[in-house]
Amino acid sequence: MSTAEHDPASAPLDPALRETIATLRRESETPRAAGIDALKAVQKRHGHVSDDHLAEVAALLNMTPAELDGVATFYNLIFRRPVGRHVILLCDSVACWVMGATAARNLLRQRLGIEPGETTPDGRFTLLPIVCLGCCDRAPAMMIGDDLHGDLTPERIDAILEQYR
Amino acid sequence: MAMVDRPLTSYIQPGRQPLDIAGYERAGGYAAMRKAFGMSPERVVEEVKRAKVRGRGGAGFPAGRKWEGVQHGEDAPRHRYLIINADEMEPGSFKDRLLLEAAPHLMIEGIIIGAFAVQAETAYIFVRGEYVLAMERLSRAVAEAEARGYLGADILGSGFSLTIHVHGSGGRYICGEASALFSALEGKRAVPRTRPPRSTTSGLWGKPTVVNNVETLCCVPSIIERGADWFLGLSRSATEGGTKLYGVSGRVKRPGLWELPVGTPLNEIIEEHAGGMREGYEARAVLPGGASTAFIMRETFDVPMDFDSVGKIGSWLGTANILVLDQRRCPVGLLRNIEHFFAQESCGWCTPCRDGLPWVERILAALEAGEGAADDIELLAHHVDFLGPGRTFCDLAPGAMAPLRSGLKFFREEFERHVSEGRCPWHDTAEGWA
Repeated sequence: MSTAEHDPASAPLDPALRETIATLRRESETPRAAGIDALKAVQKRHGHVSDDHLAEVAALLNMTPAELDGVATFYNLIFRRPVGRHVILLCDSVACWVMGATAARNLLRQRLGIEPGETTPDGRFTLLPIVCLGCCDRAPAMMIGDDLHGDLTPERIDAILEQYR
Repeated sequence: MAMVDRPLTSYIQPGRQPLDIAGYERAGGYAAMRKAFGMSPERVVEEVKRAKVRGRGGAGFPAGRKWEGVQHGEDAPRHRYLIINADEMEPGSFKDRLLLEAAPHLMIEGIIIGAFAVQAETAYIFVRGEYVLAMERLSRAVAEAEARGYLGADILGSGFSLTIHVHGSGGRYICGEASALFSALEGKRAVPRTRPPRSTTSGLWGKPTVVNNVETLCCVPSIIERGADWFLGLSRSATEGGTKLYGVSGRVKRPGLWELPVGTPLNEIIEEHAGGMREGYEARAVLPGGASTAFIMRETFDVPMDFDSVGKIGSWLGTANILVLDQRRCPVGLLRNIEHFFAQESCGWCTPCRDGLPWVERILAALEAGEGAADDIELLAHHVDFLGPGRTFCDLAPGAMAPLRSGLKFFREEFERHVSEGRCPWHDTAEGWA
């Protein structure tokens, strides 16, 4: 439940992060096999992967930016656009649907004043739908950052949101 | 002694806090690994084959036969890989999460024995990106096993060496398809590949590769320690051995997971273990093993939950994580939700899947909105055939069609009511809380 702001997305990657990516590359069987881990390392620091950062990572992995972007945009968990301090991943798959995921989505839209795919004006939350989180016995479920929250009810959602500033 | 009759969950503590390596060994862990090193790889394969373990990721392929498919001998190609498919993304499935989070050393021990059996020197655990806690605990367990010399070069003087990598996915359903998983690990877009060749001939980086599900490998230590006959004796099925993690979700009294004999009847799982339906709800149908399995209706709720028995009634065991559809949710709405998932998760590589699934989703959405036309139901039936087995590059679209095909058969009247009434008959409860 970090409260840290993301570092800016335009500056060059700092030397420590470049070194992390170089290490990932060395430990992988081929340079490009380190792609997902490298993009995740950038995202952990900056919240998302900007065009500049993508090009920098691609160069470190002997890839063209287009090749790496083809990989980056394939995945649900690599963000190519800025996100808020806390990303809410709300499960919209079938077990949660039976248990009220649509109501949970409507409540979050109302509380946050945004639609899925958007970020609150204060940069606090981004709301994204996600596929089945494998938490079907505690549906409906969502993740905020790395934390899993199940058995969602209106009261619980309000209390959970309060934990993230 | 731990694993009396529960090979999968006997190491799991209340609260799911995993045992560290010392605790796991005190409870009997890693004895099977030592025993396996005293056997030949061929004997290990033979024992697992005799135990009749079928692939627990949902495909149901016999694990021993898969291992047997790896070429052995002096001139057999090396390097070899064992990949653990921990990309649990089949909607409605939540069993592998339990094993990964709560029994990481059982996972590691199963990997070591499996890798020894197929003589693989590198293993990748491919974990879905959202399973953050599972990745932390697996990484810690790998480090503990390395520190004890259970991983690395010449493990316990056996001459066998193994390195385990934990890889967190970028997140896409298709990565669970074995050949797409290879593409993902190689750092490419995770699209599937043509078969043949089989992955045991040419898999990751073109090398012989075995892909096993989490639960499948977690069965292995007990089979080696106690023997195939003991494992077969745990099952209520003649064609398949062992116990199984059965799950139930939906509006039952106690949703959850239970380790039960393979072949436990569906109604027994729902009534005795999940506590039956909540007050005011009736079970109409279930998806027995994820979003890509066909509906089972009430009339056949006595079916034993094993691959052969569920196959005989026109569905598939899949992950054996059961979702119950009750009378207060719309079957067409449920199918719309499922086809939205498949349309979104199609990798886009082949045309029928990339274009057909969004079309199916649009038709279902129109029906739900009361804007369906009379011939929409026939159009859906056409897609069921057009996207069925043999028409697409991989099994994603045929899997997506399984619930729709059965839905058109069992819920025909509900489909027709959407058209004739000009709205969803469940429209007033569609957006409510459970």
